[in-house]
Amino acid sequence: MAQSSFKGGVHPEDYKEMTSSLAIVKMPLPGKVVVPMQQHIGAPCELLADVEKIEKGCSVKAGQKLGDNKGFVSAPVHAPTSGTVVDIGPYNHPLGMKITAVTIEPDGKDEWADNIKPAGNLEDLSPDDIRKVVREAGIVGLGGATFPAHVKLSPPEGKPIDVVIINGAECEPYLTADHRVMLEKSEEIIFGLKTMIKALGAAEGIIGIENNKPDAQKVMESLVAEEENIRVCSLPTKYPQGAEKMLINVTTGRIVPAGELPMEVGVVNHNVGTAVAITQAIREGKPLVERILTVTGLGVNEPANLQVRLGTLASEVLEYCGGLKETTVKLLMGGPMMGLAQPNTDIPIIKGTSGILALTDEDVSLSESSPCIRCAKCVSVCPMSLMPTSIAKAAEHGDFKRAEKLYGLDCFECGCCSYICPSKIPLVQWIRIGKNEIMKSKKS
Amino acid sequence: MNINGKLIVSSSPHIRSVETIQSVMIDVMIALFPAALMAVFLFGYRALLTIIIAVAAAMLTEAIWRRKRDIFSDGSAAVTGLLLALILPATVPWWLVIVGSVSAIVVGKQVFGGIGYNIFNPALVGRAILVVSWGGHMAGDIWPSPQPFAFGYDISVVTGATVLAAPEKAVTFSLPELFIGNIAGSLGETSALALLIGGVWLVYKGHIDLRIPGGFIGTVFVIGVLFGGGFYGNIYMTGLFHVLAGGVMIGAIYMATDFVTTPVTPGGRLIFGIGCGLITMLIRLWGALPEGVTFGILLMNAFTPIIDNFTIPQRFGGVKKSA
Ligand code: SF4
Ligand code: SF4
Repeated sequence: MAQSSFKGGVHPEDYKEMTSSLAIVKMPLPGKVVVPMQQHIGAPCELLADVEKIEKGCSVKAGQKLGDNKGFVSAPVHAPTSGTVVDIGPYNHPLGMKITAVTIEPDGKDEWADNIKPAGNLEDLSPDDIRKVVREAGIVGLGGATFPAHVKLSPPEGKPIDVVIINGAECEPYLTADHRVMLEKSEEIIFGLKTMIKALGAAEGIIGIENNKPDAQKVMESLVAEEENIRVCSLPTKYPQGAEKMLINVTTGRIVPAGELPMEVGVVNHNVGTAVAITQAIREGKPLVERILTVTGLGVNEPANLQVRLGTLASEVLEYCGGLKETTVKLLMGGPMMGLAQPNTDIPIIKGTSGILALTDEDVSLSESSPCIRCAKCVSVCPMSLMPTSIAKAAEHGDFKRAEKLYGLDCFECGCCSYICPSKIPLVQWIRIGKNEIMKSKKS
Repeated sequence: MNINGKLIVSSSPHIRSVETIQSVMIDVMIALFPAALMAVFLFGYRALLTIIIAVAAAMLTEAIWRRKRDIFSDGSAAVTGLLLALILPATVPWWLVIVGSVSAIVVGKQVFGGIGYNIFNPALVGRAILVVSWGGHMAGDIWPSPQPFAFGYDISVVTGATVLAAPEKAVTFSLPELFIGNIAGSLGETSALALLIGGVWLVYKGHIDLRIPGGFIGTVFVIGVLFGGGFYGNIYMTGLFHVLAGGVMIGAIYMATDFVTTPVTPGGRLIFGIGCGLITMLIRLWGALPEGVTFGILLMNAFTPIIDNFTIPQRFGGVKKSA
């Protein structure tokens, strides 16, 4: 049964009121798009140089496939709009490295490729058909995890899935894109959920929404009132409510075993944006070439919820939002708890970019860390019930065996421990180092 | 505007709570305020002097040791000084207060490497050193009776033993008196009421884990009921007597909950609390001293690392032992 809450978690100031009432605005076509070959977890795409003759100087149509990989855990990337390929080579990536990318100069016509057509009625599609459409559309988890969606629609042998959860928690402070999607694209979310239920042969669909979004809860509830097997679940507002294990725990009472995937307990969960993308792939045949994100933070002049083509550079998005204030000290892709800090604005929006956040010196605390005072606040907020202080200390001392024994690998880097620490110790940073070393020693 | 080049790149999370060591220490001082006020109310100007001298000496010692001009700094030295003052008798001479504060900071904390690294509760180290080296000023018939509303009265004129020295005779004090604190004892330990008010504040602020005071007080009560000797009419009242008399309340709420020197695991904290209560009562009932809180907590401090190691919590989704 559903539970009232999960153990641990924090309540950071959320600043959502900056953008939560702003309707989604469609940003005009950008002057340039950059499409990295890796925008998902799994095998990177290979440029389709032979099959599709993608090379410098060629022209492409919107929705045309640019890269793919035969591996199961992978997702193809497509041209976000029509235009000319002006460059192929390493380009800045939100992950902080350079990755091969195709740069396209849009021709402004936004012509779609010929093969873009509806997949047919949902009733006529088999689970395999659905998986194929989703895979070909390059859909990945849009909440930020970017796990290929078709993989999560393919239950492994002997592990039936009975519940599909739609994640509308949006627990990261500042971000409101999912909130707006639930208000403005609610019908598409339901259709996407039904599509997933069909692909998985599941019995039930649950839409989990934090109770700080009562309007979204109401809209979704009225839409599912007639649906027998779909319900809306109100979640307590607490970070990281949207983390899959916490979400599953609160909505179904099930506990995903440590180190396992949700499928282990018969559950699959997808973000609201992913549901909409699946709907568009089925109904219009459109691959994933645009997404909705929140551009916000005290450093942004005109915060907004935007619908942008993938590959648009952060610099263009920010310009569209009135530019950055002088006081900006940090630029993030994603939310403030798990987002990635960027060294500059010359970075493309990719499938997993849920927001662009400009923090000023007001909200970024730059204080130096003090010794651990063993207050155990990090222990009590850890949603995985780990001992962050001890794991971090072990990693700091190079004792990775101990870090592993303290279940360092179970840390999913939610950031609660670093957030709460009165000594301002960068716990997650140390734990990450520990995890990397443990993984390295496992491989060798 | 060109922002490129001045952007900070660091690892997530990018926001931090406003809580700092200093803000936590200020919260602890606020929590101790009712007890300090009560001390001055009961024991007059001697209490006020002792508190001021202890806090000032602790802060100064720390600042000199660390060669920092910022006297208050993270506030931890002030808390140590305040706690020490509250567990001293009102008759203690001013120079001994200074010796206690300096010992607390130097021996209790700085020789281990400063805040976060000490093994024993600094205030209790300070007190223990005074008990061992200047026993005459710290134990025996040196405890003044409280003189409420008599700020200028020299309370050291009439002294006697604490109720714990001969518990069976303590029946002359009613339990409500013990609760309010109108009895002989250390400055801040006598009023359970004042200590509880501060304790509620600390729980509300999330600074103490109820497992420690709960385990501590619960154990003292149970052992008091079972082996206390059944005075005050019945065995339960005896249990209550042991909770309210002496340093159990201040120890359980403010000393055994000291962050640095107690376990960080939930299970470990419960064990720690129970252990403190157990040793306290062992000393009280069968030991050579009338009171056992100081050494109970100090002894358990020594076990903290081991307790932590044996009580690593089960991770979320970890294998549960099947029933
Ligand atoms: S929150 Fe910080 S100071 Fe407190 S125990 Fe954890 S690491 Fe230490
Ligand atoms: S240890 Fe990992 S999972 Fe636990 S609070 Fe810290 S970041 Fe989150």
